[in-house]
Amino acid sequence: MKISVGISDWKIAMPPDELITYALGSCVGICLYDSSKKIAGLSHIMLPDSANGDVGGKLNRMKFADTAIPDMLNQMISMGVMRGGIKARIAGGAVMFKTGSDRFNIGERNIVAVKAALQALRIPILAQDVGKDFGRTMIVDPNTGLVSIKSASKGQWTL
Amino acid sequence: MKKFEDLQDVHIDVLTEIGNIGSGNASMALSAMIGCEVVISMPQVKFLSFQDAVEKNGSSEETVAAVLVRLNNEVEGMILLLVEREFASHILSAFYGEKSVDLASLNEDEVSALTEIGNIMSHSYINAISSLANMNIGAETPSFTVDMFGAIMSVPVIEFGEVGEKLMCIDKVIELDGVKMKSNMLLIPTVPSLEHMFDKLGIS
Repeated sequence: MKISVGISDWKIAMPPDELITYALGSCVGICLYDSSKKIAGLSHIMLPDSANGDVGGKLNRMKFADTAIPDMLNQMISMGVMRGGIKARIAGGAVMFKTGSDRFNIGERNIVAVKAALQALRIPILAQDVGKDFGRTMIVDPNTGLVSIKSASKGQWTL
Repeated sequence: MKKFEDLQDVHIDVLTEIGNIGSGNASMALSAMIGCEVVISMPQVKFLSFQDAVEKNGSSEETVAAVLVRLNNEVEGMILLLVEREFASHILSAFYGEKSVDLASLNEDEVSALTEIGNIMSHSYINAISSLANMNIGAETPSFTVDMFGAIMSVPVIEFGEVGEKLMCIDKVIELDGVKMKSNMLLIPTVPSLEHMFDKLGIS
């Protein structure tokens, strides 16, 4: 079964299930994988930083890089994953429109925040396909930990 | 008003009318440019969850062309024109003769033509709102891309994600020559801009 991960969402899966998140634009998809237990997590974050991110007193922790990644990691650890064996693959953070306006370069800010969050958790990044100017769908196979990337006009490849 | 959910019926009615006048004007501009019959539906004011905003008929992956025009001065936000393949083909055939285009491999002229049409339609839209509400609304240079629907919609979704959990847009479906070649034109203002617009129109 393909388990769909929405925008501001994360899910964890084991074989034979797969994880998929569609059409990452400036959002970033983060796959955490433990090869010994074959457990994969996929997070689709929208924004870099949860500071001042609460809406009406509620914080959607799955929306932000700095909260979603540790939460997903903790869930994986609670499922028996050894934290030292976890590796990351990341994709997304595109600049969808070149408007010449720097304040909107949220894709780049998302990439920086995701890398910082992974570094703080001491999770190495094995592969990445980030930035540039196109959208990506990300499919994770928990059997191998490999991530397939699909694009609208640039084909398909594997991380 | 702190977030879109605070809007009342009277606000929705006004926004619908703004969308009606704005996109009516934009459609007339399109009709004049390409010499086609342009049919426009009543606009809908939509409050979408972010997940719903990035999906179209249940999918995020359909390839569409998009022209984005950012607004500034008295109204901040954006106008986003989303064009399906058949619609783009029909528009381009008005300029370059009969042809069916593949959105993923448009040439430079075709990109320029679609960008300019999006730009003219956006300005017609803005001009109509400006005179209606007596506001000075500026527009930045248009920006064009072809990509997955969801990846394009992630742009407004992310900007609104900083202040809430919903996206408000005034959506209008445009049909060409009575055939189902749909295009969507979205006006997406920020919350402070909406408040300002209502103040100007005397509705608080």
